[in-house]
Amino acid sequence: MSFDLGHALDVLPALLRGLRVTVLATLLGMGLALVLGLAWTLLRRSRSRAVALSAELALEFVRSTPLLVQLYLLFFGLPSLGISLSPLTAGVLGLGLHYAAYVSEVYRTGIDGVPRGQWEAGLALGMSRGRVFRTIVLPQAMPPILPALGNHLVAMFKDTPLLATITVVEMLQVAKLEGARSFRYLEPMTMVGVIFLVLSLIAAALIRRVERWSARHA
Amino acid sequence: MPEDRSDELVRMEGVVKRFGELTVLDRLDLSVRRGERLALIGPSGSGKSTILRVLMTLEPIDAGRVLFDGTDVWSQTRDGRERPAREPHLRAVRRRIGMVFQHFHLFPHLSVLRNCTEAPIRVLGLEPAAAEERARSLLDRVGLADKAEAWPAQLSGGQAQRVAIARALAMEPELMLFDEVTSALDPELVGEVLEVLRRLARETDTTLMIVTHQMRFAGEIADRVLFLDGGRIVEQGPPAEVLEAPTEERTRHFLRRVLDA
Repeated sequence: MSFDLGHALDVLPALLRGLRVTVLATLLGMGLALVLGLAWTLLRRSRSRAVALSAELALEFVRSTPLLVQLYLLFFGLPSLGISLSPLTAGVLGLGLHYAAYVSEVYRTGIDGVPRGQWEAGLALGMSRGRVFRTIVLPQAMPPILPALGNHLVAMFKDTPLLATITVVEMLQVAKLEGARSFRYLEPMTMVGVIFLVLSLIAAALIRRVERWSARHA
Repeated sequence: MPEDRSDELVRMEGVVKRFGELTVLDRLDLSVRRGERLALIGPSGSGKSTILRVLMTLEPIDAGRVLFDGTDVWSQTRDGRERPAREPHLRAVRRRIGMVFQHFHLFPHLSVLRNCTEAPIRVLGLEPAAAEERARSLLDRVGLADKAEAWPAQLSGGQAQRVAIARALAMEPELMLFDEVTSALDPELVGEVLEVLRRLARETDTTLMIVTHQMRFAGEIADRVLFLDGGRIVEQGPPAEVLEAPTEERTRHFLRRVLDA
C-alpha cells in the first residue's frame, strides 16, 4: 500500500476543520495557563506558610503526573462528584492546569530575575507591594521569559492530540475517524504530522524573533 | 531636665538589628530634629546604611523602637492593643520619607519622566498633568530637563543618580535619606551629584540624613556628623568638632585612614 496523494488531499479539508479545534484548545489552554500560572506563582510567594506550601504541593502533583491522567480525571472522574464537563471544556481545563504548573515556574524565574533594588525603590516611594509587583516588577519580568513561554505554547500545541482520548474532535480524532471510514490511516496520519510540523516550524521561527526582541529589552 | 521633643522628626531608642550572628545596630539611640542635616560616617559594616534602611522600613528591627514624627513605625494600635505594624501603616510612613540608593534603582522600563511621575500619581493621587509639571520642574532643578523623555539606560551614572534624586523629591518627603549616593559613580561624575545635594541643602529645609564617604562634603553640608562603628554611635557633634578635633581614638583612626587614602 503506497501513499495516495489524492486521498491525502481529499481528507485535508476535514483535517483543517479539526485543526480549528486544535488551535482553539491551544489558545484557550495557554490563556488559562498564563493566568493560572501567575496566580499560582503569587500563591507560592504568599507570606502565609500554609498557603505557599499547599501551592507548592499542588504544583508538584500536577508536574509529576501525566497530562493524560489529569485529562481522564477531569473528564471521566469529575462526573462521579457531580461535575460534568464537555469534552472541550475538560480538555482546555486540563491543558491549562497542567501547563500552568510549568508556566508558574517560568514566571518565578522571571520575577526572581528582577533585582531586589527595584522592589526597594518602589516601596521607598510609598507604593504597596501589589503596586510594585504590577507596575515595576512584572513588566520587567516578562520580556526575558517570553521565549520560554513560547516554547511551552508549542509544547502544549503538540500535546493537544491527547484530547482525542476524551472524545474532543480535534485534528487527530478527525484523522482517526477518516482512517476508520476508509481503512486508510497512512494519508490522514501523515497529513496530521505534516500540519503539526509546518505550524511548529512557524511558531519556532516566531519564538526566535521574540528571543531577539527580548534580548534587546532584557 | 526633660528635653524638648516638639521638633523631633526621628527618634530611635535602643534599636537592635542583627543579620544572623552579626549585630549591625547595637542598642542604638538617635534623635533627629526637623530640618536638621545629618552626615553619617564610619567604616563599612558600621551600620550607617542600616540606619537608613531601618528608617525606610526596608529592614525590620530585632529590638527597640523607631519613631517617625512621634508615630511608632513598627507597631500600631489595633483593637485597643499594641500590635506589630501592618503594611498600610508602614506605607504611611514610607510615603513621607524619600530615599536615594547607592545603585540608583531607576525603573528601566519607564522613561525618566515616568520614573518621576509614577509614585506621585499612584500613591499621592496627583493628576497626571500636575505630576508631570512637578517632575519636569524637579528634573530642571537637577539639571536634566532635556532628559525627561530619555530611558534610564541612556543616562550616565551621574545623570541616573540625579534622576533618582528628582524621583524621590517628587514625593515631597519630609525626610530624605541618601545612602552612599556617589559610591557607585566614576570619580569624574561624583561632583555633579554632590553639587545637586549642596543646592538641595541650600534651597530647601527638608531634613537630610546622608551616609557618605566624602568627608569634605560631609563637613560642608552637615549640621551634625555621626561617627559610627560596630553598630553604635561612637562620636557625634558639629563637623568642626567631629571631623577636625575628634575626641575618640576610633574616630581619629578612621579619619586618618580615609584622609590618607
